[in-house]
Amino acid sequence: MSRARLFVLRLAVAAMMLTLLARLWQLQIADGDRYARAAADVRIRTVPLPPTRGRILDVAGRPLATNRTRPVVTVDAVELAHQPDGGEVVLTRLGKALGRTYRQMAEKVRLCGPEVAQPCWQGSPYEPIPVAEGVAALRVSERQQDFPGVRTELRPVRAYPYGAAAAHLLGYVQGAKGRDGLEGAYDRELAGRAGRREVAVDHTGRVTRTIREDPPVPGDTLVTGIDARIQAVAEAALGRALSSAGGSSGAAVVMESWTGRVVAMADRPSYDPGVWTDGVTAGEYRELPLLARAVQGEWAPGSTWKVTSVAAAASAGYGLGATYGCPSGYTVGDRLFRNFGSADLGRMTMRGALVESCDTIFYRLADELWQRGSDAMQRTARGFGFGRPTGVDLPGEAAGAVPGPASKKARWQATRKETCRRAGKGYPELDDRARAAYLTALARENCRGGSVWRGGDAANFAIGQGGVLVTPLQLARAYAAVANGGTLFSPRVGLKIVRPDGSTARAVEPPVAGRLPASPATLDFIRRALSEVPRSGTAAGAFEGFPFDQIAVAGKTGTAESFGRRDTSWFASFAPDPAYTVVVVLSEGGLGAEGAAPAARDIWEGILGLRERR
Amino acid sequence: MRAPWARTPGAPDRRRLAWAPALAAPDRVLTLLALALSAMGLLLVWSATRMEGDHTLLVRQAVAVGLGLALMWLVSRVDLRVLRAYVPVAYVLALVSLAAVLTPLGVRVNGAHSWITLAPGLRLQPSELAKVALALAFAVPLGELRDGQRRPGFGGVMLALALAAAPIGLIALQPDLGTMLVFAAMVTGALLVSGAPKRWLLVLALGAAGAGAAAWRLGLVRPYQIERLLVLADPGADPGGAGYNAVQARIAIGSGGFYGKGLFNGEQTAGHFVPEQHTDFVFTVAGEELGFAGAALIVLAVGALLWRGLAIARRSDSLYGTVLAGGVVSWIAFQTFVNVGMTVGLMPVVGVPLPFVSYGGSATVAGLLAVGLLQAVHRTRAAA
Repeated sequence: MSRARLFVLRLAVAAMMLTLLARLWQLQIADGDRYARAAADVRIRTVPLPPTRGRILDVAGRPLATNRTRPVVTVDAVELAHQPDGGEVVLTRLGKALGRTYRQMAEKVRLCGPEVAQPCWQGSPYEPIPVAEGVAALRVSERQQDFPGVRTELRPVRAYPYGAAAAHLLGYVQGAKGRDGLEGAYDRELAGRAGRREVAVDHTGRVTRTIREDPPVPGDTLVTGIDARIQAVAEAALGRALSSAGGSSGAAVVMESWTGRVVAMADRPSYDPGVWTDGVTAGEYRELPLLARAVQGEWAPGSTWKVTSVAAAASAGYGLGATYGCPSGYTVGDRLFRNFGSADLGRMTMRGALVESCDTIFYRLADELWQRGSDAMQRTARGFGFGRPTGVDLPGEAAGAVPGPASKKARWQATRKETCRRAGKGYPELDDRARAAYLTALARENCRGGSVWRGGDAANFAIGQGGVLVTPLQLARAYAAVANGGTLFSPRVGLKIVRPDGSTARAVEPPVAGRLPASPATLDFIRRALSEVPRSGTAAGAFEGFPFDQIAVAGKTGTAESFGRRDTSWFASFAPDPAYTVVVVLSEGGLGAEGAAPAARDIWEGILGLRERR
Repeated sequence: MRAPWARTPGAPDRRRLAWAPALAAPDRVLTLLALALSAMGLLLVWSATRMEGDHTLLVRQAVAVGLGLALMWLVSRVDLRVLRAYVPVAYVLALVSLAAVLTPLGVRVNGAHSWITLAPGLRLQPSELAKVALALAFAVPLGELRDGQRRPGFGGVMLALALAAAPIGLIALQPDLGTMLVFAAMVTGALLVSGAPKRWLLVLALGAAGAGAAAWRLGLVRPYQIERLLVLADPGADPGGAGYNAVQARIAIGSGGFYGKGLFNGEQTAGHFVPEQHTDFVFTVAGEELGFAGAALIVLAVGALLWRGLAIARRSDSLYGTVLAGGVVSWIAFQTFVNVGMTVGLMPVVGVPLPFVSYGGSATVAGLLAVGLLQAVHRTRAAA
């Protein structure tokens, strides 16, 4: 026996135990936090709890967008994975009940990953995976015992009780995100806040208990100024007008003249927002008419524009009561600008110019102002809110266009290269020799002097042509401002945000965007003139027999030329009581008096009908 | 007045077994440490199996501890010389049972034939009890010197190695790498303290290295064993596969921090993230639920037990006692190091239980028997 040898063994034992202690210290004390996090990662799963989306109501509390429940078949992926065959039998049986193959079912419930491409489930494996909805779901729920790991539950889906009516105004919801329209503009308020549930899972992924639950906060309700009944009236009127007068698309806007609130906003063509609930394929998506024409559509305003031209003339010193000649044509520079229908209407006041919609008076005004170097026309148009978005609480609004010397020059510079190339080479590819010669002459002229804002440009501008573009909402708020004495609003569709408990989170007030650059006298003059249009002027035919004693509707027709297409048909109108402004546009609708004016009359009569019922 | 049954000074104690010569008092600290570790083992097994819904495993382990303590007590009361007389029987029994494992009587668990079924629900792991038998048998040729010898000679060492080769060979056929390594450690430790000449130890070490290299070259090392070695180097390399055990064990232990999450409160333990948690990986329960404080306490308790064992080896007045104690200490020390080492990522994952603590009847009984042997060495010396 050797003491030295025993000492060696003693050393070895001590070394082993101390090594273990040191390693424990390293793992548990030095790196303890890191391992604690790693432990939480493998043990804790977070399951999102979707909030209930807030509803969108009309001014009287009628639901425009709401939630309804519908049966959904969901698959619990974790439970299925625990079945001896990995859920194959259940999925096959479920597929049979739903009319699908096992493969299709398996693809729906497999989890997406770096090596698993679509189709696959993108959410958490601890979330029930929806595989079927509606009637099919009911079939499964009747035989629940045949499908372990499969559940049918009622889930909220977005519903639009009025269908295609106001579809653009309301927008839609994709995933949990509001897109377009009010759903998009007020998404923050409507969406609410998702909750989360933290669950503990065991090594197989089975949930053992709930650690913490942060419940979802439901979204706020958006109460709008929309009147669902007037919306229905506008939708119907627009639909009738498009089918009788023709036209490819159109929009109608009804506003409260004195508050800037939007009461109805209709767009055609429209679609049923229910398509979003069932999912839309890429092909279907391209086919959907998603353009909200009331705020995103831009057209030349035609004679509805003359309201700004009159105000510009008044501010430039032209007497409104003075008489002006309305000849069949007026020559600006070396070009003859013809009156509408080449009619010679004799001498008339400015009132007559509006009521009869004389063009030649405005050609002369524009030419004279141009010769004086005045930009009164452009200034006034911008003062009426044109050329910039109204700031309405809807996304994707168009700005329209108010052309002038500066914008023309910029445009010329952008296109000069091509124009001058054409001026030199002509249009050899065109078969029509006369047309080719005309275009070549035009290009030659534009190449040389296209940068200059000429009298002809000013003349076209004065009658709402020549590059002037407006949206129906811009025109509506300008006419509302004429009606209310000059206050230009930034229109609002929303009225207030109401919390789930019924208290008001905030009220939505239409901000004042400016004052019309017109004196009260001028506005009063315009109102009087416009009140004669439907009685004895251009819209008299459309408004024949209209009960003016009940609603004193005033308005203005507009017929805008559109290159290569049928004219754009406009009617912009307002009344003192009920103090609404109604604007209708029909793209390719023909004459304003024949397309849009009857539609506007329809809307006014609908409003009247609603008032009488009350 | 003295009670009639009172002991007269100098007279033999009538209470002691007739065949046992006079023995010194047992090492109470050693007994206490074995008891404490066994009790800790029961708690940890309870915690590791608490989600099962019944206490079958806990009760079985309690029975094993009870049986082991009884055997420990019994063995500790036997004079070493008496014990020596039974060594051939124990050794042959061990070999026969190890051979039986390889027959159809054997049961395959986790890829190794390590068990035999004695009765339905009662399985025995002969390799565990064979450790006790080999510790006893190995010490015979090394510890019983011929007259004039001061240390074991060539013949003694060769005989000892031959005695060790038989059980190790049988275990290699199971195959059970971990147990083989423990046997090798025991043999090395016993040889070391026996005072065998250095050159023999050197030759032995070179021979072991050569055998290892040959096993590697000849493809005797199985792919999963290589995998476990690679995983030790980089446990993150294959966290779902071979490294899963190692990674989950380290997470469970590391997440315990200093004080742990409290007994029965370990989330990783409740979720069964660590496989084999009540058996080979029971230390992870201590690491998670009792933290550094509890885990270090277990290591210190084993260390203290080994320290007592080393003191017993040193104080033994027979070389046989020294070699026996040295072998037992080497076995417990190495097995503890490998077991805890594999849970903390210091050693590859080889299946050896934590002495006294892991679930497993054979291992528990063998561990407590080993303490009984140390106690016997201790008491025999003191009485002589």
